[in-house]
Amino acid sequence: MSDGDFGRTGILGSPRISVAIVAMGGQGGGVLADWVVALAEREGWAAQSTSVPGVAQRTGATIYYIEMAPAKKDAQPVFALMPAPGDVDVVLAAELMEAGRSMMRGLVTPERTTLIASTHRAFAVVEKQTPGDGVADPGAVSIAADFAAKRVIAFDLEALAKSNGSVISAAMFGALAGAAVLPFDRAAFESAVRAGGTGVESSLRAFAAAFDQVQQRPIEPIRRFPEKRFVSPPDSTGHPELDGLVARIRSFPAEAQPWLFAGVRRLVDYLDPAYALEYLDRVGMLSDADRRNGGEAKGFAFTCAAAKYLAVAMAYDDVARVADLKIRESRRARVRREVDAGAETIVATTEYFHPRAEELCGSLPKAWGEWIENRPDVFKRLDWLVNRGRRIRTDTVTGYLTLAFVASLGRRRRNSLRHAREAAHREAWLAGALAALERRYDLGVEVLACRRLVKGYSDTHARGLSKFDRVMSAVPALSGREDGAVWLDRLKRAALADEAGTALDGVLKTVATL
Amino acid sequence: EGILAITKALLQSGVAYVGGYQGAPISHLMDVLADAKDVLQDLGVHFESSASEATAAATLSASVMYPIRGAVTWKSTAGTNVAADALSNLSSGGVTGGALIVIGEDYGEGSSIMQERTHAFAMKSQIWLMDPRPNLPTLVRMVEEGFELSEATSTPVMLEVRIRTCHVHGSFVAKNNKKPSFTLREALEKPVRDVNRIVLPPASYMQEKDKHERRWPAAIEFIKAHRLNETFGPEHGDVGVVMLGGMYNSTMRALQYLGLADAYGESAVPLYVLNVAYPLVEDEIAAFCLGKRAVLMVEEGAPDFIERDLNTILRRRDLQTKVSGKDVLPMGGEYTAPVLMKGLREFFATHARELLGNEPPRPDAAAVLADPRVKALSTVVPPRPPGFCIGCPERPIFAAMKLVEQELGPHHVSADIGCHLFSILPPFNIGSTTMGYGLGPASASAFNVPSGKRSISVMGDGGFWHNGLASSIGNAVFNKHDGVTLIVDNFYSAATGGQDIPSSRALNRRRKTNNSIVDAVRGIGATWVRQIDRTYDVTKMRDTLRAALTAKESGPKIIVASSECMLNKQRRTRPLFAKSVRAGERAVREKFGVDSDICTGDHACIRLSGCPSLSVKHTDDPLKDDPIAAIDENCVGCGNCGEVAEAAALCPSFYRATIIHNPSIWDRWIETARLAVIGWFEKRRNAGRVAFASDPA
Repeated sequence: MSDGDFGRTGILGSPRISVAIVAMGGQGGGVLADWVVALAEREGWAAQSTSVPGVAQRTGATIYYIEMAPAKKDAQPVFALMPAPGDVDVVLAAELMEAGRSMMRGLVTPERTTLIASTHRAFAVVEKQTPGDGVADPGAVSIAADFAAKRVIAFDLEALAKSNGSVISAAMFGALAGAAVLPFDRAAFESAVRAGGTGVESSLRAFAAAFDQVQQRPIEPIRRFPEKRFVSPPDSTGHPELDGLVARIRSFPAEAQPWLFAGVRRLVDYLDPAYALEYLDRVGMLSDADRRNGGEAKGFAFTCAAAKYLAVAMAYDDVARVADLKIRESRRARVRREVDAGAETIVATTEYFHPRAEELCGSLPKAWGEWIENRPDVFKRLDWLVNRGRRIRTDTVTGYLTLAFVASLGRRRRNSLRHAREAAHREAWLAGALAALERRYDLGVEVLACRRLVKGYSDTHARGLSKFDRVMSAVPALSGREDGAVWLDRLKRAALADEAGTALDGVLKTVATL
Repeated sequence: EGILAITKALLQSGVAYVGGYQGAPISHLMDVLADAKDVLQDLGVHFESSASEATAAATLSASVMYPIRGAVTWKSTAGTNVAADALSNLSSGGVTGGALIVIGEDYGEGSSIMQERTHAFAMKSQIWLMDPRPNLPTLVRMVEEGFELSEATSTPVMLEVRIRTCHVHGSFVAKNNKKPSFTLREALEKPVRDVNRIVLPPASYMQEKDKHERRWPAAIEFIKAHRLNETFGPEHGDVGVVMLGGMYNSTMRALQYLGLADAYGESAVPLYVLNVAYPLVEDEIAAFCLGKRAVLMVEEGAPDFIERDLNTILRRRDLQTKVSGKDVLPMGGEYTAPVLMKGLREFFATHARELLGNEPPRPDAAAVLADPRVKALSTVVPPRPPGFCIGCPERPIFAAMKLVEQELGPHHVSADIGCHLFSILPPFNIGSTTMGYGLGPASASAFNVPSGKRSISVMGDGGFWHNGLASSIGNAVFNKHDGVTLIVDNFYSAATGGQDIPSSRALNRRRKTNNSIVDAVRGIGATWVRQIDRTYDVTKMRDTLRAALTAKESGPKIIVASSECMLNKQRRTRPLFAKSVRAGERAVREKFGVDSDICTGDHACIRLSGCPSLSVKHTDDPLKDDPIAAIDENCVGCGNCGEVAEAAALCPSFYRATIIHNPSIWDRWIETARLAVIGWFEKRRNAGRVAFASDPA
């Protein structure tokens, strides 16, 4: 063997340093790889980068791989074309789950690897398409990283890059420099960026920001959800009816009060204070039942669930509600913010509606609506009239007034056909919950929570309802069991797992065999 | 990049013409030459993007009669399959000028095609196959030698490069480009013919004889004389490793892991590197094996052609050296360093235990991978296959297909090659088979019987011009196929990097573009043809599909769905937009958004889209359990979200924002007027509203 004396000792006393960039197509992993190679070569090292860009386009997960070794006059290093498990010094992950993938590939090992990961999430289709919450648990990745990596640097490089008007590749290069895992100093890194040419200033800003954060807060805790925002009731609202509502809320168990105020706010906003009062009365009855069934010991879980889901049920989504929300004054600013329309720009907004005879009948007074529904030919003709996509410009006067009119119909909701149906469905549900509560407290709570299945509009809403009904159909069978609530929760999650309800069918079958 | 080094090597070898069909991993070779038209003009090099690999291979016939060097390129084995007919004729008749075929061997991780070896084509047609070590100087040298070899043996030469080799970064000493010594023009003006070059009896029999009696020995002589194959490591040893050039780097890494090589290519074991994979030089092999207990053959993929040849060679010469290969290495799959390390270790353990010594620590992630904390990831980390880009015009097509599926039930769908094949993945899950480029409709041919449902076949514009027009549409018309064919027309050969094709809408000085697909299918005899000029019109798309599936008329129902590939459109328009905004001109962009208070988090919209910029986010609203839809800043305002919500009667939470930069006086005036009127009504509404201070109007 020619060479015993190596400068830096990687695995097997090799002077080689290997860097893997795991990213998704379009994240600029190629740019980052070029920077690293340029950096190494400027510092008198031999370097090689490879990639498999075929799939790198179009958002697929991909790897860029770089190897470097001190250059010699007499011999060229022989570089590998792909990373080998257990033989990677640095893994740069441009997204949290890609960091997870790199660990599954064995690229991150405790003896060797510094893992530099951006903690932001770009959700995969399988996560997004779930009717419920299909988002993968980021906690698993950080747990694995703490074990698998020699050293972890993990914070939101994406957000940091954006806030500096740059892209994640620049921030990652900065974090790499900050981590001081390559034998090159900061200036060398920066000159590599400068040599790169495009967008140098913003790149260097993001670079510096990432570099500094590695020194100060190299690891940021990963949170899966934002905190739910509970507003505490004001002491005085300057409005007698609202004050009455607040006073009434205070008469409930403390645990339930935040939920109740959230519900009251929703319903006042949805219709009027009287409707909110109706809500509080109804929850009041449920709360009494809760107390009778030993709710105190259970932290009034039943009352809390009732407060939450009854509010959602009573504020059912209808055309009037949508119209009302679409023409709120506050929305204009929000939209401008969401589409980051700079000052000096004008923003026009187009809304997509698709009314059908069903919705129209629903909004009519009960008797009229039923009259039409009982006459298929009339219904069909009506549907032919209304059933088509309608685009409405909320920034124009006519568009605004159209929606303002539709919104105003909401005031007469109470005697509409839809309202009657919602009320009936609601009461059946609550009756079921009470019945379950009498048998098993937790089951009662779960029955309330199953309301989560009812959501969406038109077909989606219908699908939700049918899933809800199918889940409910299992309650009688379950109410005899100690673990009934657990099974009901399982059914609910299954119903949220896929659109067709395949998972739900499976669990229903299991329940039937219990 | 490796592929660029090869491109440069072609020019400094005095090539006179270059053709090929784009496709990973060799697209770059074509793209660079397409952009370097001035350089090519000065050199007098003719470049063309061939209609197919068959065309490219046939192009090499310019080197049959004339001392002209030519090169073509394509992705293999898919492309070689298409080119096979021309290749057989070319190699039988033989060439005068050097004919080089740059083969992008799309094998292993990141490959998008069936896993096969090009080696078989080289053997059956007797085309020499080079498989150089993946470093730039060697690649360049082999290109140059390849032409020499081709001319010395009247035989076309394949130069095989693998995916990563094409994208490997490195350096080499460049020479000046060379003008071709004999030009195409001279050939045209002084044509020559020789009937013995044509594949017809009796010439074809003479050609076969010539292959074996003259060309083969000549090749062996050349390879020996020019030392195309290399040896490394010590002169002698009890065992040795024979490898294809392409396997060199990974094998060296594996040897290094075993403590038998260093980072700079010093090996403790004799190595014989085949930069020429076919033909084998028996003398060299025999010399290398002589006195060795055993040799290991490292060749990737199946069948184990070379290992078998090795055995034959050794038997013939009655050498007792043991040949190991696929017995310790896997028959299929990419030969990564870990895979090779395992095989080599087993080989040494059996035949030269002493070499392994006390076995230095090897990189090993087994312990990490076995840990429950890492294992747990497999149930967490979601698969992330490539998919339709943001704003892709093909997305609404499959959204419409899904809507029709909801009405009429599932149909048999024959898919094709191209971006549109991403339809087989979630959220669309549409497509049953792919039989090759431009063969989508052809692969539905059998389904031409009376039935309650018609077959649907999908084909891209690339596949259509590649051979779909004849093999698929022509066939369907001729056989009165009663199915539905959907031609996805996105103005480019998009999947391969956005090259122009006959129906591209861009004006291209050196090509004739803007040739209508609709005219072509009508010209070939199709009668039920519908053109959709904006695929984003999901309602129209759905209705047209329904019409095609339910039409009384028999015979092929053809829908041409046209909208520009968004990836290329953005490359084209983004800079222009930014420029005009900077210049203070009135510029309009569109972007979609979701009203979070209206979205109920069912994600039905996502199941009809899968757009990367349409995602979900958790809210801080205590009354919402599930994450709601959200559109990120990368939205290009293609319109799919709104159109789908409209067509499928989903929810009204989407809005389209039309943002006017540098608005005109008139824009400002009308905006002020509107705000005044609407503002007045807003005040009235708010006055009548009872609300908590925490809830803004």
